[in-house]
Amino acid sequence: MTLLSVRDLRIGFGNTQAVDGLSFDLEAGGALGIVGESGSGKSATALALLGLHGEARIEGSIDFDGLELTGASEDQLRAIRGAGIAMVFQEPLTALSPFHRVGDQIAEVYRLHTGATRKAARERAVEVLRQVHIADPERRARAYPHEFSGGMRQRALIAMALACNPRLIVADEPTTALDVTVQAQILDLLDEVRTATGAALLLISHDLGVVAGSTDDVIVMRRGAVVEAGATDQVLVTPRAAYTKDLLAAVPKPSPARVIQGGPLLRVSGVSKRFRKFTAVDDVTLDVREGETLGIVGESGAGKTTLSRMMVGLIPPDRGSITLAGADIARRRGRSVQMVFQDPMSSLNPRRTVGESIADPLRLIGEPAPRVKIEALLVRVGLAPSHYDSYPHQLSGGMRQRVGIARALAPSPRLIVCDEPVSSLDVTTQAQVLALLEDIRLERELTMVFVTHDLAVLRQIADRVVVMHDGAVAEVGDVAAVYDQPQHAYTKELLAAIPVADPIEARRRRALRRVELAGAGLSGSGLAGAGLAGTGLAGTGLDGAGLDPEPLGATQPE
Amino acid sequence: MTGYLLRRVGGAIVVLLGLSIIVYALFYLAPKDPAILTCGKGCTPDRLADVRAAMGLDASPPAQYWEFLRGLFLGRDFPAGPDVRHCPAPCLGYSFETDQPVTKLLADRLPVSASLAIGAEILSLAVGIGAGLLSGLRRFRILDRIVNGLILAGYAVPVFLVGLFLLLLFCVRLQWLPFPTYVPFTTDPAAWAENLILPWIALAVIQSAAYARLTRAGVQESLAEDHVRTARAYGIPEGRIVRTRALRGALVPLVTLTAIDLAAIMASAVLTETMFGLPGVGQLLVGAVNQIDLPVVVGVTLLTGFLVVVANAVADLLYAAVDPRVQLR
Repeated sequence: MTLLSVRDLRIGFGNTQAVDGLSFDLEAGGALGIVGESGSGKSATALALLGLHGEARIEGSIDFDGLELTGASEDQLRAIRGAGIAMVFQEPLTALSPFHRVGDQIAEVYRLHTGATRKAARERAVEVLRQVHIADPERRARAYPHEFSGGMRQRALIAMALACNPRLIVADEPTTALDVTVQAQILDLLDEVRTATGAALLLISHDLGVVAGSTDDVIVMRRGAVVEAGATDQVLVTPRAAYTKDLLAAVPKPSPARVIQGGPLLRVSGVSKRFRKFTAVDDVTLDVREGETLGIVGESGAGKTTLSRMMVGLIPPDRGSITLAGADIARRRGRSVQMVFQDPMSSLNPRRTVGESIADPLRLIGEPAPRVKIEALLVRVGLAPSHYDSYPHQLSGGMRQRVGIARALAPSPRLIVCDEPVSSLDVTTQAQVLALLEDIRLERELTMVFVTHDLAVLRQIADRVVVMHDGAVAEVGDVAAVYDQPQHAYTKELLAAIPVADPIEARRRRALRRVELAGAGLSGSGLAGAGLAGTGLAGTGLDGAGLDPEPLGATQPE
Repeated sequence: MTGYLLRRVGGAIVVLLGLSIIVYALFYLAPKDPAILTCGKGCTPDRLADVRAAMGLDASPPAQYWEFLRGLFLGRDFPAGPDVRHCPAPCLGYSFETDQPVTKLLADRLPVSASLAIGAEILSLAVGIGAGLLSGLRRFRILDRIVNGLILAGYAVPVFLVGLFLLLLFCVRLQWLPFPTYVPFTTDPAAWAENLILPWIALAVIQSAAYARLTRAGVQESLAEDHVRTARAYGIPEGRIVRTRALRGALVPLVTLTAIDLAAIMASAVLTETMFGLPGVGQLLVGAVNQIDLPVVVGVTLLTGFLVVVANAVADLLYAAVDPRVQLR
């Protein structure tokens, strides 16, 4: 039975057409993925489903369970929101009200749609929190969102989505802001919720790996139009459209191993850094060999950014020493070491032209008229000489990161430290920037430290990898060795969590993770026995929302 | 929490001591001798010495300050001719000018200032939040413009101009209200309010403009936040979103400003008090400064400092109550 039927949907903002003729069907209980890069119109589509598109023009038809949503009144839409279609957003850190307790926020939604008593609503909140595996849900329901971690907040949002037994859950980039291990947990949870409650899932992501393991069908969008649509197994394995092939090709791939002969260039020995009571980096010792690319990987809070800033002498270590070719790094800045920052928008001065920003380090080392040099550098990183006079806001994300690279290269350093240089970029742009970095490294015989949370990117670009966990080094080794035979338990966990674009492999990994969880005695705390039936949507016209009587415990590996 | 309160009280004591030292020091830099002023014309050196002793001015400045501190905590005795006058703790001394205990002068004036401050604050908040909310929600474009204009005007026009205009309009032209005098609340609440309404309005014109601006910015900012989008996506009605989320966010900065404004009006609304004939603390201070009436100046300064310190602490507590993310440390 078709639950959601979208026909020739067009969404326009001012002069731009965000979505241009989108059509798809979603079966009750099915899972559909929408994949696309920024500007593809996927988020606009999600908002339009709930009538939350604001001042945008909307044409075409959105049929949800027999109700035409494009022409629905505000009251009709409000009744659907949360109860018929529930939304899970991208930013779990800010998506919940900071002023209200988590349980109260869930209870508020439940009461609104069911007219339940306060007490019943509170109980329902605790129940759905238990369903999403929040430990000690009675106590946690009384906590405020800021007392939750990012992953827990996303679980709480999913709990809110479940509260009224919706028939459709729309998840818009639900894991983009999360660490890779947490991402895997959230995707597993969404999958589990779908099988347990019978709600259909519309999963929107820029990441093919996220969609691969969690959906039956997939739509690839680009600039508001559908490029390719079909079964996930078919589209991601044997794509027909050139753009889908490009997207798949842009997914980082392992590159052949190189032999590094250089001796240690940068030596980090026994380095620690504390911020008040928090130990960011704890007794780290490592060498960066001349000519190699050293990858540093870890999740948020692992200390990788602090370490990389110490490596370029931006912050001094509390203990230990960092030397570059034998000299203390604090006295060897500028010409020797440079940094490429994560967010090129906030690391470039918005009130100065791009060229002037790049010129600063050159002027510092006594270059009186650096313009010619900088224009050549701009060309080298794939921009035009005329970009010298552009301001950062006039450039795209990828172009801004090229500027960041040019700025780092300007004083001709021996070592560049890149802190998450491609994390905020679309996958095809990311592939281009990675290729550029690799070209420049070869051409200038640079040594590179590459800091990232993305294991797949690292496998492509790094020779050796350092895995950081809680401020300390968990594991160091050649890329192939660490990826193929990880020694440390944390490395294994990280590797198991990488989203893969191959649907079959993705499902195999999920099954493995479930078996491990079951082994750890963590299953059965969730949907099983949580008593989904009789939670009462009677009188809202939304009852019988496809409750699956089968408890979760029985739906383990597919 | 206990640690926070202890630190706060400790800090307050340091601030108040520092304030009183500064006022004492400034006083001794003044070119006039209060004893000569008090002694009057035809003053003999002997008589002047007696007056000095009676005023407690015969000791060195640090010794005088020490006596003042002792009096504050333990009470002190003043020679009054052949007798001794006992001033119980907390003793702020006697006014050089009127010879009344400073504590009594303050106690007389404080209700007047408090009436003025509390009424003006309530009026400012009601008007400011209301106008800020309407303008922040952009329900009426024209209202947004008007509020913006009033905000600018409120900042630009001095309070005595507003006061003068109000007096001319309501007391002279229309004769709707009597010329204000202070009637204690306990005597006749209706007359109390009737006499205070004009000064309240005069103060509120400027204050409500500031509050409206803060509310407007706060509401607009809150409504653009992700959690408001979540609330909308879960079908929560717009009115409820504004009440429980947007206003809550706007309230946070308002709370701090209100507490400090309240203290400021109590202590220093001199212009308003003078214009509307209200015998408040501000008037007392100006008179005392003109007469180099040290005990009164010190007393008023300490009271002002105390009010500001308390208001700040209360603002912090309210801040933590409004926003659960705030931790008092």
